[in-house]
Amino acid sequence: MIINHPILGPRDSQEFTYLGDATLIDRPDWQAEDAADQFHDYLYLRDNPAGEHRELWFHEQGDRSWLVVTRNTVTHEILTVELARDVARTRGRSK
Amino acid sequence: MTDAVMNTGTVAFQADGSTGARKGVQVNRLDGGLIKGSKALTFSFDGKRYTGFEGDTLASALLANGVRLMGRSFKYHRPRGVLTSGSEEPNALVELRSGGRQEPNTRATTAELYDGLEANSQNRWPSLQHDFMAVNDRFSNFLTAGFYYKTFMWPAAFWEKIYEPIIRKAAGLGSISFEDDPDAYDKGFLHCDLLVIGAGPTGLMAALTAGRSGAQVIIADEDFLLGGRLNAETFGIGDLTGSAWVEQVQAELAAMPNVRVMPRTTIIGAFDHGIYGAVERVSDHVLAPEAGKPRQILWRIYSKRAMLAAGATERPIAFENNDRPGVMLAGAVRAYANRWAATPDQTVAVFTNNDDGHRTAADLIAKGVKVTAVIDTRADAPQVDGAELFAGAQVVDTKGRLGLESVQLRLANGTTRDVHCGALAVSGGWNPNVHLTCHQRGRPAWREDIAAFVPAGTLPQNMSVAGAANGDFSTAAALRAGAEGAVAALSELGITAKTADLPEAEDAPINVTPFWYVKEGKGRAWLDQQNDVTVKDVKLAHQENFRSVEHLKRYTTLGMATDQGKTSNMGGLAIMAELAGKQIPEVGTTMFRPPYTPVSFGVMAGRSVGEEFRPTRKTPSHKWAEEQGAEFVEVGQWLRAQWFPKAGETHWRQSVDREVLQTRNSVGICDVTTLGKIDVQGKDAAAFLNKMYANAFAKLPVGKVRYGLMLREDGIAYDDGTAARFAEDHFVVTTTTANAVLVYRNMEFARQCLFPDMDVQLISTTEAWAQFAVAGPNARKLLQKVVDPEFNISNEAFPFMGCGEVTVAGGCRARLFRISFSGELAYEIAVPTRYGDAMIRKLMEAGEEFGAVPYGTEALGVMRIEKGHAAGNELNGTTSALNLGMGRMVSKKKDCIGNKLSEREGMNQEDALKLVGFKPVNAADPVPAGSHLMNADGEVSAATDQGYITSAAYSPVLGCSIGIGFLKRGDARKGEVIRAVNPLEGKEVQVEVVSAHFVDPEGERLRG
Repeated sequence: MIINHPILGPRDSQEFTYLGDATLIDRPDWQAEDAADQFHDYLYLRDNPAGEHRELWFHEQGDRSWLVVTRNTVTHEILTVELARDVARTRGRSK
Repeated sequence: MTDAVMNTGTVAFQADGSTGARKGVQVNRLDGGLIKGSKALTFSFDGKRYTGFEGDTLASALLANGVRLMGRSFKYHRPRGVLTSGSEEPNALVELRSGGRQEPNTRATTAELYDGLEANSQNRWPSLQHDFMAVNDRFSNFLTAGFYYKTFMWPAAFWEKIYEPIIRKAAGLGSISFEDDPDAYDKGFLHCDLLVIGAGPTGLMAALTAGRSGAQVIIADEDFLLGGRLNAETFGIGDLTGSAWVEQVQAELAAMPNVRVMPRTTIIGAFDHGIYGAVERVSDHVLAPEAGKPRQILWRIYSKRAMLAAGATERPIAFENNDRPGVMLAGAVRAYANRWAATPDQTVAVFTNNDDGHRTAADLIAKGVKVTAVIDTRADAPQVDGAELFAGAQVVDTKGRLGLESVQLRLANGTTRDVHCGALAVSGGWNPNVHLTCHQRGRPAWREDIAAFVPAGTLPQNMSVAGAANGDFSTAAALRAGAEGAVAALSELGITAKTADLPEAEDAPINVTPFWYVKEGKGRAWLDQQNDVTVKDVKLAHQENFRSVEHLKRYTTLGMATDQGKTSNMGGLAIMAELAGKQIPEVGTTMFRPPYTPVSFGVMAGRSVGEEFRPTRKTPSHKWAEEQGAEFVEVGQWLRAQWFPKAGETHWRQSVDREVLQTRNSVGICDVTTLGKIDVQGKDAAAFLNKMYANAFAKLPVGKVRYGLMLREDGIAYDDGTAARFAEDHFVVTTTTANAVLVYRNMEFARQCLFPDMDVQLISTTEAWAQFAVAGPNARKLLQKVVDPEFNISNEAFPFMGCGEVTVAGGCRARLFRISFSGELAYEIAVPTRYGDAMIRKLMEAGEEFGAVPYGTEALGVMRIEKGHAAGNELNGTTSALNLGMGRMVSKKKDCIGNKLSEREGMNQEDALKLVGFKPVNAADPVPAGSHLMNADGEVSAATDQGYITSAAYSPVLGCSIGIGFLKRGDARKGEVIRAVNPLEGKEVQVEVVSAHFVDPEGERLRG
């Protein structure tokens, strides 16, 4: 596969390490009332769609950016590639 | 004869007037062809010497020499000859070469002849003519489809000891020599605008059109000669012969710097996003690779557009005893005659259901081969000149034990007739080579007019198909499709290409009436000759309800092995359709997967073999350690010194014990460069580490080091190490050797995905610093000789867990950490890696007066076990901070990775495992690592399991074996005697539960 890195352009997927579902960005608030349940869901419950999937890839053999790749798991078509840091910020993550 | 004439290759044997003599030896050699008859090549098959010519394949040369019998079948050991003239060959598989270069299951049809070629037949004993295992053929009624599944079921205990060894011995075709392959294999990467797969008329026209436009073009063909079927046919193109046109195009392509022509290159797979795998056989056509050249290259081709112009494969018709050597595909017989000037016999008959078969008769007659009959299943078969035509007739049986002698016909009027022939050219029509279109999600569609599947559905991204591969079988249609396809593909890239004036070429229509198998006859009609699958086997599969094509394949093995059913799948599924009362498209095809043809393991491995299998990382002191005669051990990719034997030491324990004792008594030095190092900088560096480590880091003062424990998000202990604060905004973190890469990856994940606004930067500096542990009571004295005098490293100025930047050896920058893994007064000193070798020499020189010893990973391990420090064996992916005795370290006042889920009830049970030490009750007993712990009395079972020993060593300090490990409520059981058991080896040792800190439990030494 070829991943169109937002900074570096098209790169072979061999340069990347795959992590999985991009919902790992949405780490729960440790002080929430039901934090234990939220962490359980965060860690163990994943959707496994046949189709579009937002997933995390690490450009380990490259610039070490974490990317959010939106990929169709059936066709392997890659729809968008974003810097995970930008995605994290839009999802309200900060410090 | 001039070189120029020779190179055209179109004229054979005039060289020295010895045509007659050569024909005399090569009894079935014809005139003409594209072989170069000027130079005879000598080769051997089953030890017998033959001659052939440049341009021959092993198969064509054997046929020219009158050899039809080339192999034995897989299951029944039936005598078999060559069926095809290409990579789809199911029968003529040989062992090529010998020794380290021996290659089993090589198709004689693609093995290019060279002087000295050595080939042997397979799957026969003692010889190809007399094969003992042919007795299987007598029992064929028992060895039908599903035989293994039905027969080797019971008793279950027989499987491993009896059935499997017997089956294994009988299975497989060729053998390997078990010698190392002496040749190199390479990998490479190519990029292009247009990849043209196949260099027949379609592909050549496409490459020419695209090349003239200036686009970057790669054209690849598995054959060593470009031209595809043009080399096998007698058609002209424009005013030229087919092969002359090919040469003209090839010359033009060769002159274009933007075109790469790759003969002997098979595109093996179509992968995602326009990436193709290709194997180029660089040296398979020569006796041995030229110096510096690989045997094969595995290419990864990145294409913007690709055109599949892979042509078509002829399919046979099944009838009784259709597997005798001499029964061949009609197109192959024609190819051998026209291209290779060879015929399987001087008397040939043709059996066809389409017009194309008639071309074989015409071409053979033109070459002077006697065609005794043209048997056409169609009542309205076209007329034939020069041979007797049997329209509406079928071949119902054949004769000839080791080679065809005659065929029996059922004529249209119902009578039978025997026809003498040494070869039968069979044509059942042509199947487009759709394979690569299916490597992603394409599913072929049936075209009734050509009675074949053509590419359809979702093709691999940016692939188009043209020519015979797309069902356009005439030469004119192929040329047009190639040119137009190239123009269309390039226009999508914004490149303007013009369709050249297309030369005149044959444009015959496809006249085919589907005919899959002859229904008459009680004997076996072979569908898949490689796997010995007959029409009856397909019927049996249907009867036993294995009716989906995928089930049919697995139950009968139809379409498996090296040819993947290129000539047999279609017949199998047509018969299945008939039995199921379905249309062929309803039955569908099996999935085509890469590789298109077999690929050697060697080219997959490339250079990654032996020592080069993976990178070897050497520590900065490696050269010095080698000079000391160190024994090395692989730790991940690293090579670390394991121990340093001294003269007179005959057992590793002697060396290790000496290193431990000398370190504890005076001073020892160990290269610890392999531990991961991560530089953490930024205003939020402390806040960031506070998130990473389970214990608190925010308030660590500058100039101090702290032990840190990292958890996984699920609360399990992940990694441990130290973080040294060199400035408010600068930490140096260490990780274990094994997790250096993973911890860094996780920290980057946290930095970018979880805490994106933290002002913190990370960089891995593992290889930037050479780091040495200096441990033992004389460590400070030694270092004071090395660290420049302006740095005060006295106990007061530089206490335990201190860190700082210093210089050594008169100004070389260095980092000094007062940390201890051994439990002794100890430091770690780091210098830029390029000074690592100088540093170890300097340290050893300075330590001479103290009798300093270098110590390796063994002594390191012994000392950390003596001290009760956890390492990889204890942080094993199942243990928590609580288990490790560090439960209280996990802060509940802050957010960090893993702390929330480490509070789960299940991980905080009262009888949780706790890290403790073990001493044998009888001092002479070993403490075996991996042993499970059981109470002093009672049964030994999983239910009564009390824990396990993770690490053990002989402690030279204590004079006995010791161990550490996890024991239920271990911290409350000190003094108890329990059993360490190893039920696998039937061993049991009585051990006493003790503190894991065997040496200096109060920690006085490291603070001294």
